[in-house]
Amino acid sequence: MAGTIVFEPDDRYNAFLSTATAGPQGSGTLSGVMVAVKDNISTRGIETTCASKILKGYVPPYDAHVVGLLKAAGATIAGKTNLDEFGMGTTTENSAFGPTLNPRDTSRVPGGSSGGSAAAVAAGMVKVALGTDTGGSIRCPAAFCGIVGLKPSYGRVSRYGLIAYSNSLEQIGPLGRTVSDVSTLMGVIAGYDRHDSTSQNKPYNHTPKADIKGLKIGIPAEYFGKGVDPDVAAVVKKAIGRLEELGATTVPCSIPSMEYALAAYYVTCTSEASSNLARFDGVRYGPAPDWKKSWHDAFQDVRGSAFGAEVRRRIMLGTFALSSGYYGKYYAKAQVARRNVREDFNRIFRDVDVIAGPTMPTIAFKLKEKSDPLSMYLADILTVPANLAGIPSISVPCGTSQGMPVGLQIMGRMFEDERVVDVAYAYEQAVN
Amino acid sequence: MTDPDGQVIVGLEVHCQLDTKSKLFCGCSTDYRNDGPNTHVCPICLGLPGAMPALNKKAIEYAMKVAKALNCEIVNEAEFSRKNYFYPDLDKAYQITQYDKPLAEGGYLEIESDEGGEKKVRLTRIHVEEDPGRLVHMGNAERGKYSLVDYNRAGIPLIEIVSEPDMRSPKEARKFLNKLRATLEYLSVFDSEKEGSLRVDANISIKGSERVEVKNITSYKGVEKALTFEVTRQKNLIRRGQKIDRETRHYLEARGVTQSARSKEQEHDYRYFPEPDLRPLRVKSWVDSIVLPELPDARRERFMKQYGCSLSHARTLTGELKLANFFEQVVREDPHGLSPLAATWIADTLIGELNYRDMSLDRVDPAAMTGLVRLLKAGTITDKSGVEVMRVMLDQRLKGEAAETPDAIVKRLGLTKSAGDDGALIAAIEEAVNENPKALEDYRNGEGKALNFLVGQVMKKTRGKADPAILNTMLAEALKKRGV
Repeated sequence: MAGTIVFEPDDRYNAFLSTATAGPQGSGTLSGVMVAVKDNISTRGIETTCASKILKGYVPPYDAHVVGLLKAAGATIAGKTNLDEFGMGTTTENSAFGPTLNPRDTSRVPGGSSGGSAAAVAAGMVKVALGTDTGGSIRCPAAFCGIVGLKPSYGRVSRYGLIAYSNSLEQIGPLGRTVSDVSTLMGVIAGYDRHDSTSQNKPYNHTPKADIKGLKIGIPAEYFGKGVDPDVAAVVKKAIGRLEELGATTVPCSIPSMEYALAAYYVTCTSEASSNLARFDGVRYGPAPDWKKSWHDAFQDVRGSAFGAEVRRRIMLGTFALSSGYYGKYYAKAQVARRNVREDFNRIFRDVDVIAGPTMPTIAFKLKEKSDPLSMYLADILTVPANLAGIPSISVPCGTSQGMPVGLQIMGRMFEDERVVDVAYAYEQAVN
Repeated sequence: MTDPDGQVIVGLEVHCQLDTKSKLFCGCSTDYRNDGPNTHVCPICLGLPGAMPALNKKAIEYAMKVAKALNCEIVNEAEFSRKNYFYPDLDKAYQITQYDKPLAEGGYLEIESDEGGEKKVRLTRIHVEEDPGRLVHMGNAERGKYSLVDYNRAGIPLIEIVSEPDMRSPKEARKFLNKLRATLEYLSVFDSEKEGSLRVDANISIKGSERVEVKNITSYKGVEKALTFEVTRQKNLIRRGQKIDRETRHYLEARGVTQSARSKEQEHDYRYFPEPDLRPLRVKSWVDSIVLPELPDARRERFMKQYGCSLSHARTLTGELKLANFFEQVVREDPHGLSPLAATWIADTLIGELNYRDMSLDRVDPAAMTGLVRLLKAGTITDKSGVEVMRVMLDQRLKGEAAETPDAIVKRLGLTKSAGDDGALIAAIEEAVNENPKALEDYRNGEGKALNFLVGQVMKKTRGKADPAILNTMLAEALKKRGV
């Protein structure tokens, strides 16, 4: 132990749900570094709510694997950051404890669902933060807040202790102001964990390199087409031009399976969520129901009142999609569509090293702008393909549109997280 | 109309707890039965948010042993699925089980059919799953009723063995279960004496009618009882011209009856889907490295060959692992000399006496049993005295008294068989004849029954010590002396 570190943040953006005022400072790679942790990652002795009323008061008796790794590396847990309830959202407005504001423009959302982590980093309250990315939840707020965020390859970081929303899609990943910071944090959290059967023995020991000479970059037409703000597209194209100046070449490509990607994504994540969130039945968590009522009525009351509207919507969608007679039409079909996405990526990656495009189709929304769930779901179109395929993807700031940050997204082959980090690093070094 | 005397058709779904040291998806100990509630739990088996399952390799190995012993095919790729339903004992609100990709398919188990001889009961599948927790119902009418949850049991590995509808009577169903238990015990993967280690659901129909599922059977005897009740119930309905509903019924063990489950309980839609936190199971290649021990059928054949047991005795003795081991221990010193008597005395007498006392074989000392068989073999005591000695032995164990050797019991009770020149026997015969002139008269008049009566009287006086053969000769001589 190297003493105590004091933390007195000015949380004017509602980035944190709980903060530590002081914490032990360990020794190691992250000695003296305050790390913010998204509140869907279990922390022993620190309330972990997933921004849901149903988990208010829940204090995990154990640390998530990544939290143990942070502590072992000497980091200090700064606190738990706000999110869309259980990670379900793209704005961090779906929090039971109020929205987080975008530090770049407080009339706008920070993106989501890791909006609290992104805002805490963007506002300079912490150097780095952990987020989770199920369909873009690290990359979206990184893009909207003008910071760097990495969604690692599926299996590279243990999910043990991450309160599951959609197990087959999500990964814990780092957010930071620079690619180097993100890379350092990735080095701490990656690696095999016997408690997560889906984790891989692929540790990350990498120092970013800026040399991308000869790199082949695929530019999918779908990432610059319908639904993508032309101004955002132009900023990203310019950034890709910068990569070409650094010695990379671009190759046009197409991901036809993207037509079904969003549907496949929402069927999969809502199905898994309906099962994951079923344990919140009033017996062990949340406000006690009226047990004078029958069991069925009692748990329905709790679930009806303690979950937010978006969570209830997704549970209902997922329950429907898994129902007898519909499983084949929805869940099974979604897995086929998912395989098609993976095959499209495999095909493209035979010819190119990385794929580049915008992270989000627009800049950060105004607060309450996305009141209609469908238009919010559409905003995930450019981020969900990487989750469906399990491949690594990073968002790095690449300029502004209407004064708001725009993110350049670099996707890579499975387990080539190092390469997407290098490309982001090359860009970052070139423009700074 | 269906024939009320039509063929009974039974299929079973048997859930057995695998006797591993730790649970199916975490490191918690499975040895919870003597400990307080919720003492063998961790974030994983409590289903705490964020905890993930990690498969216990041993449980899969045990399940594969069973599959191999039951002649099943291990599939190339098995998969775990989630079975979703709300119940307070199910901490995650889903059970991790296997659905459309079970570990093993096919296979069979041979049982003794009602017609005699062996018959094969085909198996559909074997799959692995986790046990839920347990509700403990508390309170009373005045203070209100409530339930507490104990998650010690949550995550204990189970296998579910599903049979084809190949059994033709409740008795065959029980035989299937007994044979299955024996096989699992021979494999050392199952302990039938642990409370709740076995649960059975049975499907039963009368040929031509709908089938009924009977749930909640938790004992070996219960299967036969529940199904016998169902056969009677269904046949009576058919006789009255009524239709049998396809339904689920619960077996109420205490009352020995089945009761229709509420229709709501039958409307479950379990919304199965593959468990995303576990990877597909590709373990077929392990099969060859699994070495099976001697199984009940092989041991039965060996007992007949090696010890000269009758088929019936061999079947009984090998029908339970402990019993088979016990027999072999008893006769170990002198297999050739002791086996014939030991087989009868264990398979027939000892089992009866144990059942009568509801006593476990564990409490019987094999050495004492050997001693008893030796006394019988040497002709030191009569069969009747043998039973008396056995009862004293068992009662001493049961009451926790100091255990005497069979020799000591015989000595203390003076049970040594009366020899021909034994004064006590001669005196007893004299007494019996003198006290029963009527019997003497009857015998004189040629009524054979009177001799049996006199034998009985002598036996009574000697408290069974008299060797019946010797007694008969001596009594006949005594009567001859009197000129009868």
